[in-house]
Amino acid sequence: MSATGIGAAVRRKEDRRFITGTGHYTDDINRPGQAYAYFLRSPHAHATIKSIDIKAASKMPGVLAVLTGAELAADQIGNLICGWMIHSKDGSPMKMAAHPALANGKACHVGDPIAVVVAETLAQARDAAEKIAVDYAALPAVADPAAAQKAGAPSIHDIAPNNTIYQWHLGDGKAVDAAFRSAKHVTKLDIINNRLVPNAIEPRAAIGEYDAGVGTFTLWNTTQNPHVARLVIAAFVGMAPEHKLRVIAPDVGGGFGSKIFIYPEEVVALWASKRVGRPVKWVADRSEAFVADAHGRDHVTHAEMAFDQEGKILGLRAKTIANLGAYMSTFSSSVPTYLYATLLSGQYEIPQIYCEVDAVYTNTVPVDAYRGAGRPEATFVVERLVEVGAREMGQDPAELRRKNFIKKFPHQTPVIMAYDAGDYNASLKKALELADHKGFGKRKRESARNGKLRGLGFSTYIEACGIAPSQAVGSLGAGVGLWESAEVRVNPTGSVEVLTGSHAHGQGHETTFAQLVSERLGIPIDNISVVHGDTDKVQFGMGTYGSRSGAVGMSAIAKALDKIEAKAKKVAAHMLEAAEGDIEFKDGKFSVAGTDKSAAWGDVTLNAYIAHKFSGQELEPGLKEGAFYDPTNFTFPAGCHICEVEVDPETGNTDIVAWTAVDDFGVIVNPMIVEGQVHGGIAQGVGQALCEGAVYDKDGQLVTGSFMDYCMPRADHLPALRVDTTMTKCPSNPLGIKGCGEAGAIAAPAAVINAITDAIGSEGLTMPATPHVVWAALQKANSIPKAA
Amino acid sequence: MAMTMNGEYELPVPPQTVWEKLNDAATLKACIPGCEQLDKTSDTEFQAVATVKIGPVKAKFKGKVALSDLDPPNGYKISGQGDGGVAGFAKGGATVRLTPKNGGTLLSYNVDAQIGGKLAQLGQRLVNGAAKKVADDFFANFANAVKAG
Repeated sequence: MSATGIGAAVRRKEDRRFITGTGHYTDDINRPGQAYAYFLRSPHAHATIKSIDIKAASKMPGVLAVLTGAELAADQIGNLICGWMIHSKDGSPMKMAAHPALANGKACHVGDPIAVVVAETLAQARDAAEKIAVDYAALPAVADPAAAQKAGAPSIHDIAPNNTIYQWHLGDGKAVDAAFRSAKHVTKLDIINNRLVPNAIEPRAAIGEYDAGVGTFTLWNTTQNPHVARLVIAAFVGMAPEHKLRVIAPDVGGGFGSKIFIYPEEVVALWASKRVGRPVKWVADRSEAFVADAHGRDHVTHAEMAFDQEGKILGLRAKTIANLGAYMSTFSSSVPTYLYATLLSGQYEIPQIYCEVDAVYTNTVPVDAYRGAGRPEATFVVERLVEVGAREMGQDPAELRRKNFIKKFPHQTPVIMAYDAGDYNASLKKALELADHKGFGKRKRESARNGKLRGLGFSTYIEACGIAPSQAVGSLGAGVGLWESAEVRVNPTGSVEVLTGSHAHGQGHETTFAQLVSERLGIPIDNISVVHGDTDKVQFGMGTYGSRSGAVGMSAIAKALDKIEAKAKKVAAHMLEAAEGDIEFKDGKFSVAGTDKSAAWGDVTLNAYIAHKFSGQELEPGLKEGAFYDPTNFTFPAGCHICEVEVDPETGNTDIVAWTAVDDFGVIVNPMIVEGQVHGGIAQGVGQALCEGAVYDKDGQLVTGSFMDYCMPRADHLPALRVDTTMTKCPSNPLGIKGCGEAGAIAAPAAVINAITDAIGSEGLTMPATPHVVWAALQKANSIPKAA
Repeated sequence: MAMTMNGEYELPVPPQTVWEKLNDAATLKACIPGCEQLDKTSDTEFQAVATVKIGPVKAKFKGKVALSDLDPPNGYKISGQGDGGVAGFAKGGATVRLTPKNGGTLLSYNVDAQIGGKLAQLGQRLVNGAAKKVADDFFANFANAVKAG
């Protein structure tokens, strides 16, 4: 391992600009003649728009245009789409309702954009929006996913009777029922996976610019996947042909999934820029983000697990209603199906699994992928069932897990996934040692002496990352392939630019991708630049989500580096007047086997460009190679998280007093960055478990619409985290990487709730387990112990 | 977002006097906090404009106020709905009962109100407090107006 190669804890190259305020985010970019957009949004959850009077607004100072859905339709700007087709059990396709970028005739959720004002200044645009008179006829609304399917519920889209988008299933229901009939014990749980607001630190933003001279559009946008944005806005929205649209994602301040999707505001910014002949900037404020960024999770599930007399799992069945909100967001359909039910086997050998998922429309903000996307929901179902099952059967939760772990690989689960490698016992064993599991009884007694209830919870999670083999996802309904591309450009002086289709918005790719190049080419990390986020620079790419950038994005770079090395060897052979097969490349030096003849990296790269030593017919000048890498399987990061809590029975407050995470991410490129990813993921998972929850009232108003009512996790929610790893190489990609971006968020909620329910001796908890929820559960269980 | 509020005031004049004030546009206009305009459009309907400030949101609401369930001099229901543009909407009503007490009148009210959009997003704690203050201010102003004759 070199000082800056794979496995080195290299400090992040990008941090200097981020922490000194010299990053370039979308809002830092200002175009000559730029105007500002302000969106008027529906205050109603569900309403017919009888009329929109823009006369007064249009006459306000500084106003360049007031545009509504009618103009959008007249200009034939197409609807936003969901790009993953799911079919119902009966074979019928999902019911995708029209989603115009500006509501046309009907508002379907609070925050639905109704009109946009473009003005010289943002203040003028806001003031003018006050003058737009919208005549709404409010309709009854529904926000609860289970209520949305009931007879008599308000109908949101004509295309979807009972507000049902699809009724999907996976697995063999009859075989599962038979397994349950032979069970010795069945554990049953009703689970609500709470709705979350992503809250990336940088709100979404877009600048649209139309160049009338050449007929091209440019979009600066807070996106995790600029090429997918370009593809959708070109091919489906019909804004411009793909080669006439450039999408630039500059520095992006966090995404967590919420910036994957194609949103109305960027479409409108582009369209408006052409209408007014000026660049148009829109930047969301925080309140707007609450009602305009896709939310996450929001499942209602009944789940059951069957055990035999020894505690071996015989089967699992689950019925889930997934709330997709008012419209189908870009990848929303895949989250509660192929990213959820396919992970219900967890780390366990479960012979039979059956899962039914109904996806429904409600009068709420659209729901789509959010850090973990389906896998936290699956982990929560499986890990709660196993933990509660152990308690009900009087078995040790760690032992019950060990008994059921998958031990032989590859392992085909009954729900599509074929796990390629893992050692679940190793991570459990290491975690038990690090967490001093043996000393828990003593710590619990100490807590009791202080009047506190101590509990311990496990989460032995698995995730499917490295998304994804194109053929596999294509057969499951994906509208795109999920490979990744890379281009390695070596300059005459030997410095290197890596162009990648992955996009970094906090992950540290500029460092880790450079570490791979440094390792392979033996050059200093400072001689390497990573270029991403511009469709005019990078030919194509699928972007960053699903913990895919290491496993898929870096594998593409590795493939391109193979080609670079092969070409450079040819150049070196000409320079050193040796046979190509005799050239060896090591530590940045080309040498002829068995001789003392050698050429340094920089000499070879210079020769590749001056081409004095070879004729162009034999060998082309230059040193630039590209590659597309399509994974052969998902990757399967897994691990064991142990959460230890102290609950104050008087107040219901939960203190997380210890956290141990032992994860198997395969080969680790930068352990410091990985540890940071684990920390962040755990914090988000703890947020979901303890404090975060988007709440709609019965009229569809978002009552947790600001940080006054929506609680984000804070530093004092977390103890110092013990983070460690075990390692089984991923056999499905050339680097052996599994991915680490989502693990913490996937593992954490189940660990926290398992710990709290252990502490209070009652399973009657829903997330977020706020002090009030925990206190109420304690009252209900009537289990307040006498203070010692 | 729905809210309910209630309260009562003792007034030193008989129900009939209170009832007349309750139906007098000028009195209502003076008592409704932030009311800039209250024009009678029929015996039981008014057009209203009022400016409301809750936390960081200040909005001018335009809307209709209607009187119903008229039961002179024992009470009525006053309801309204207003559109605050970018700030959202508000609608609701107050059932007002007048009961003779100690030679005067006991005025009791039950308010239920709904708000939507940015106002609702502000959060229950802020909005509930602000709404309660609007109701309290109105009835306090009204009590003073009645006492002043």
